[in-house]
Formats: sequence, C-alpha cells, structure tokens
Amino acid sequence: MNAQASFILKLVAIAVLACVPLSGESFYIEIVGKVLVMAIFAMSLDLLVGFTGLVSFGHAAYFGIAAYAVAILSPQYEAASLWYVLPASIGLAALAAFVIGLFVLRTKGIYFIMVTLAFAQMAYFIFHDTALGGGSDGMYLNNKPSAAIFGWEPFDLNNEVHMFYFILAIMVLVYLFLARVLQSPFGRALVGIKSNEHRMQSLGYFTFRYKLGAFTLAGGLGGLAGFLYAVLFGFVTPELLSWHESGNVLLMVILGGMGNLAGVIAGAFAFEMMREVFADITKYWQLLMGGVIVAVVLFLPGGLAGIPGRIKRAMQGGDAK
Amino acid sequence: MDFATFLIQTLNSLQYGLLLFLVASGLTLVFGIMGIINLAHGSFYMIGAYLAFVLTSATGSLVMAIVLGIPLALAFGAFLEWALFAHLYKRDHLEQVLLTYGLILIFEQLRSLLVGDDVHGVAIPAFLDASIQLTEVMSYPVYRLAISAVCIVLAIALYFVIQRTRLGMMIRAGNDDRTMVESLGININMIYRIVFALGVALAALAGMLASPISSVFPNMGSHVLIISFVIVVIGGIGSVWGALVAALIVGFADTFGKVLVPELSGIVVYVVMAVVLLWRPEGILKKG
Amino acid sequence: MSEAKNKEVLLQADKLTRRFGGLVANQDISVTLERQMIHVLLGPNGAGKSTCINMLSGDLPPSEGKIHFMGKDITGLTAAQRSQVGIGRSYQRTNIFPQFSVLENVRLAAQSRRQEPWRIFSKAMEAKWALEKARTCIDEAGLGKRVDWVSGVLSHGEQRQLEIAMVLATDAQVLLLDEPLAGMGSEESASMVEVLKRLRQTRGILLVEHDMDAVFAVADMITVMVNGQLLECGPPAQIKASVAVQQAYLGTEDSFHV
Repeated sequence: MNAQASFILKLVAIAVLACVPLSGESFYIEIVGKVLVMAIFAMSLDLLVGFTGLVSFGHAAYFGIAAYAVAILSPQYEAASLWYVLPASIGLAALAAFVIGLFVLRTKGIYFIMVTLAFAQMAYFIFHDTALGGGSDGMYLNNKPSAAIFGWEPFDLNNEVHMFYFILAIMVLVYLFLARVLQSPFGRALVGIKSNEHRMQSLGYFTFRYKLGAFTLAGGLGGLAGFLYAVLFGFVTPELLSWHESGNVLLMVILGGMGNLAGVIAGAFAFEMMREVFADITKYWQLLMGGVIVAVVLFLPGGLAGIPGRIKRAMQGGDAK
Repeated sequence: MDFATFLIQTLNSLQYGLLLFLVASGLTLVFGIMGIINLAHGSFYMIGAYLAFVLTSATGSLVMAIVLGIPLALAFGAFLEWALFAHLYKRDHLEQVLLTYGLILIFEQLRSLLVGDDVHGVAIPAFLDASIQLTEVMSYPVYRLAISAVCIVLAIALYFVIQRTRLGMMIRAGNDDRTMVESLGININMIYRIVFALGVALAALAGMLASPISSVFPNMGSHVLIISFVIVVIGGIGSVWGALVAALIVGFADTFGKVLVPELSGIVVYVVMAVVLLWRPEGILKKG
Repeated sequence: MSEAKNKEVLLQADKLTRRFGGLVANQDISVTLERQMIHVLLGPNGAGKSTCINMLSGDLPPSEGKIHFMGKDITGLTAAQRSQVGIGRSYQRTNIFPQFSVLENVRLAAQSRRQEPWRIFSKAMEAKWALEKARTCIDEAGLGKRVDWVSGVLSHGEQRQLEIAMVLATDAQVLLLDEPLAGMGSEESASMVEVLKRLRQTRGILLVEHDMDAVFAVADMITVMVNGQLLECGPPAQIKASVAVQQAYLGTEDSFHV
C-alpha cells in the first residue's frame, strides 16, 4: 500500500487505541495495555531480527531483567520515583545486553540462535534459583512508581487510564524512535549487514561494533517493555525470562512480517488475540497455537504485513491473463 | 568429599553425560548434515520417555518397551522428515526455529491430551534392579551402569557406521556437498530421512533409558533440549566426537556443580559454554 | 616508453603461502603493485589467483608471508581494516546488496568513509556528500542510466560495473579487481577498459582476468601463476613471447592465443 494510505491507517489505529479507556472496562484496558507492552517488546526484537538479521532466541532475558530491576530497586513500602527506576531498569537491561552481546556476537547462524537461548536460560536460572528476586515464586512490586517531580504529579500510574495512555505514548515514541534510527547511517548500515555482512566488512565497516550497538539498543528497548509490564501488573516471576517468552515474541515478529515496524505491532495484537481466543476454545490452546505457528511458517512467509501484497498479486493473477 | 562420594558422582557424571550424548549426537548430525535447527528435538526425548511408560505398563517390561519403542521412533522420525522437515531445507534459520517451536507446543499438548499431565514412574527391569557394593557403606545402582554401558556401545556403533560404512561415507559426503552427491545418483533425500530418523530414535532411546531414573513428567524435554544445544555449541556443529567430549564435560560440570555449589548449579553449564565461546567460537572440535 | 619514473610502491606482497590442510593453494607468491600501474594476475583455472587476491584483500589470512601497504605491514589486518587503510576489492561472484538500489549500494560504500554511528537521529539520505560521491562514482563506472534500479536485476556485466563504483566510492588507492570484465559484451568490455585506464592515472590496480585481449591491452605488468606458484613476471611483451608460459597453458582448457 502506498505511503499516504499507510500513514492514514496508522493514525486511525492510534485513534482507535486511544479510545479504549473510554469504554470504562478495566478488563479491556488492561489487556490492550498488555498488548501494547508486547508490541514494544516485539519492535525491539524486530530491530535485531528483521533489520539486522540477528535471530535472537533469548530476548526475554532483557525483558525480565528490567522487570525484576524495577521490583528490586523499588523500596518496599513506598513508591520509587519513575524518573529514577525507569532509566535505571532500561540501563541495566541494556548493560546486560552489552555484556552478553560481547559473547554471543562472536558466533553466527545456528550457533548464535543457540547461545542467545543459552544465555537467557542462564539469566532465568539466576532469578529462579537464587534469592535475588524471590526465587521461583517471583516478587511483587508493591507500589507503582510515582511520576512526581518536585511535588507536582503530571500523572498517576495507579490510575488505570493514566497508565494506559502512558504505555500508549511510549509505544508510539518507540515506534517513531526506531523508524528514525533505521533511517540514520547507523540504521542503513544495520540493514546492509543483514543483506550482506561480508560485503560491509570489505567496504570498511567494523560490523561487530554495529551488531553490538543494535544488540544493546534492542536489549534496552526490550527492557523498557519489561519495565512497563512489571509496573502494569505489579508482579514479576522468572517465567518472564523463559524461552517460551522468547519464542512468543519471535513469533510476533514473524507474524507481523519482519522488517516492518507497524506490521510487528499488528503481529503482537494478532498473537495475543489468538492466545485469548484459543484459550477460550479449549484448555489445549497451545495445540492450536502450535498449529497456527506451523501453518504461518509453511504458508505465510511474509507475515501479516505481506498479506496485502499477496491479495493484490492474487487478484492481478486472476485478471491479467 | 570422600572417595566413595567422589566415585559415585563420577559414575553419575558419566551416565548423565552419556545420555546427553545420545540426545546431542542426533541434534548435531541433523544440524551438520541437513543444516536444520530443530527445537523439537527435546520433545523426542520426552516422547521416548512417555513411550517407555505406556509400553512398560502394557507389556510389563521396560526391555520389551524399548524393543518395541525403537522401531516406532524410527518410523515416526521418517514420517516427520517426509511430512515437515523436508520442506525446511531451503528455509532460513528463523523459520526453522519457529516451525519447530510450534512443533514443541503441539507435541506437549498432544501428550497432555493422550496421556495426561501426571508424573509417572517406570520400573527398572528386574534383572537390573540391584546394587553393586563400592565400599562398606556405599553402593551403586546396576541400572545406571547399564545405561552407561548401552550408551558406550551405541557411541561405538555410531562411530563405526559413520566412519566405516558406505552409508556413513554418503552421510559425510552429503554434508560436504549435497549437489555433488546427488549427481552421483545417490538419493540424498533418503539419506536425510535416515539421518533424521536416527536422530529421533537416539533421543527417544535416551528418554526411554532415563525414564526409571528421572521419572516421566511434562516439559522434561525442554531442559534436555537446551543442554543439548550447549553441548553442540561446545563440541562444534556436525562433530559427533565433539558432542561426546562436550557431553561428558557438561555431565561432569553439572553433576559436580550440584554437589559443590547447589544454588548456582543451574548456571555452571552456561558458564562453561561462555568460557568456550571466548576461546573458540566455532566449538572445541569443529571439523574443518 | 619512459620507465625512468620511480613509481610509488603501493602494495608489496612477499612470499605469500596459503595451505588448506594438505593442499598448497599458493606457494611463495610475491607481487609488487605501484601507483599508476595495472598489474594483471594471469593463469589457467585453478592456478590460485583467487586465493592470492583473497589474501591481499584480507578475506583469507596467509599461512606464511607478509604484505605491506605503502610501507606499513598490513598482514594482520582484517578486510575492514584494509579497506579503511585504502585497499578496495571487487568480487568475481556477485557480492552486492541485491535488494538495494544501485544508488544505495554505492551510497553505503561512500558512507563507510565517514562513519558516525552515534548520530542516530541524522538521516542517511540527507548526507549530501555521500549521495553526490555515490552519483559521481556510478557515472564514472558507466552505470549512470541504472542509478535507481534494484541492483539484483542488473545484468552480470552491469553488476561488475556496480562493484567498480562501490570500490571507487571508498577512495581506494589500491584496487583489487577479480575478473571485472566477466559477463561483458565487447562494447561494455571496451568501456570498462577505458575506465580502468582512467583509474590507472591516480591509483594502482591489481586485477585477475581471463579475457586475453583486454589483459594485453591494459596491463603494465603481468604475473603468471600456475598450480599455486609464480611462473613468470614481466611486461606484456615478455610474457607473450615466453615459451614457459605457452607451455603452461598447453593441456589446459584455457588458450593462450593472443
């Protein structure tokens, strides 16, 4: 679809989303809020997978690290300052991504997929087996962070409507941020690396540094999503770092059609919707989910973003003979 | 740690490592020869264990269950390759990862549907249900020794097949140059099917052998899968010998880790992997 | 024919050797490349020319031997480092960014000279210097009319031109060109030869080529390799007359009739 139609569609989508709190239904507000958080998570992974060509199967680690960070850094009986825990959590997630990146980016291809998975498992076990985060039971975030600056409170995250718009605003900002980064020389280099890393090297690009930069940035943004998740639900468990979470977000990226930020947001919605609908149908909803995954990979290589193109080609194929 | 404990832990490490080797060898062969990353490999281990449970309950003998189970596993593997994996050769790694991740979900749920979510025990065959006296106070289960023995025999057999038979030669050649092998009139598809089925059977057998010791429970495949990945990374993709060495390293690291540093035992294996990554990103014994 | 000028030595390779297990692909190959010179690597198929050029560009580390660029030892440098130092490479097998336009391919190459990855809010397409440089190099390589085409659909010969444009955009002083004329018709070949002659005025060019006519039209110096070893090195006239070279080609599918 052309750029103008696409832009209008995006505006409409934001408008529709902005109307959700008006329904007054806490259930919908919370669930759409969760999907928006997942959309941020998916966009952060898309930077790696769809644009740089790095298939990370351990992205949930950064999501979980930031989620735990806000829980651990927040005092037990009062609210932490948002302006402290937010950057701190993202910073810790980004730092973890940087350190892990130094290891995993030494590998390529299948190895890379496996070691990202392995490092995420390592992080999972750290939270699961030690007392750092309350062990396998997880821990509570007793008080949502306070947005107060010098006594003035611009918004209150305890108010579910404020929370929702906070998340929505961040999602839009992340989208705009990533779209901008991808247009920068750095972003173009990343896409070049995905297309032909060897050539980039022979043109004088030190690709390891670029990949590390992308890995760290993606980790930080994944952490942002994890932070929001923890604040939204007030509870974190080691399962946030499980490879099932890593697999789910990877699926959102492929559902949306990699390398397409808006598509990936749609992918997050599609995934969560499927999860809800399937769970309603049967307690064996993962069976349906697995079937859908297999079908999508076999029959829908371009993801959801590829559907308009496929429809167009199918229609043209019928006429032009 | 006294000597008896040390001996016991060493035997445990050996047994654990050798079982992991069975699983990892199939994984590394499929990676190396067919270039496919298969997350569902852990599910085959789980399927083997559940097969052992079902067939042992039906026939009353684990040995019988294994004898019946292996051909079933081979057939299942061949069928899976024909139906699904044959389509994955041309796909990129991401698609393989996702499709096989979907398979894990399907297998786990089917298992839940068919057999339920309870934990089950499997009886050790009577003739192996004894202990060997190591010291006056410590004894060691014969069954565990039997597991190690079976694995060693299989490792030797695997070596023999790959290095000394025509089939093995074709497998190795197909690994290096698929089109060349095809032009020689060798049916590469059949070779791939055999290799895949073999991998499935090895993993399933490992599950069957382990079932009396580890019990049979949901998600038992996940942990084994990720450890197998670590083994393949350490040993190098495609190297069966590397998988053996790495599996033993992992077996020892994990077992002694549990004894020496119980809270951190879960991450010992990954620390080993990280060290190897720093030193040799392509694996210790990557061929070529 | 004045050869009195003392030309600046750009690239000096000494006794490069490369082994692959038991196979010796290159044995003690030494090559000198001076500025304003076109040096051709010649030899039948399997002579080891690609291995040699790979060692020079940093795509393959030598088992033994040293390489100096403008006096500095670059043997240990990676391909990316060598590119930054001033060595450019074009490839025989297509090694471009097939989904990008011709312009973007070359713009990326130009961008490599001024990398500021931290400026994540600047737009790549607003860096005029890179775009202008890209267009200039595209024109120089003779690909001006294809500037907005998706590079993957270009003909084989046009992709060779794109490779040249990309190398030019990196301001390389030494051009290592692997069969730049491959897949070109006689007209395209002739214009590419003109491009090479023009480039020779300011740089040093080392090229691997099969097309004998072009080789002898353009070479200042020819190194003949056979079975991984240096057979002979000298000006075209010497090589043309050399019995040893004629014999080396006998019994191979390549012909040595000029």
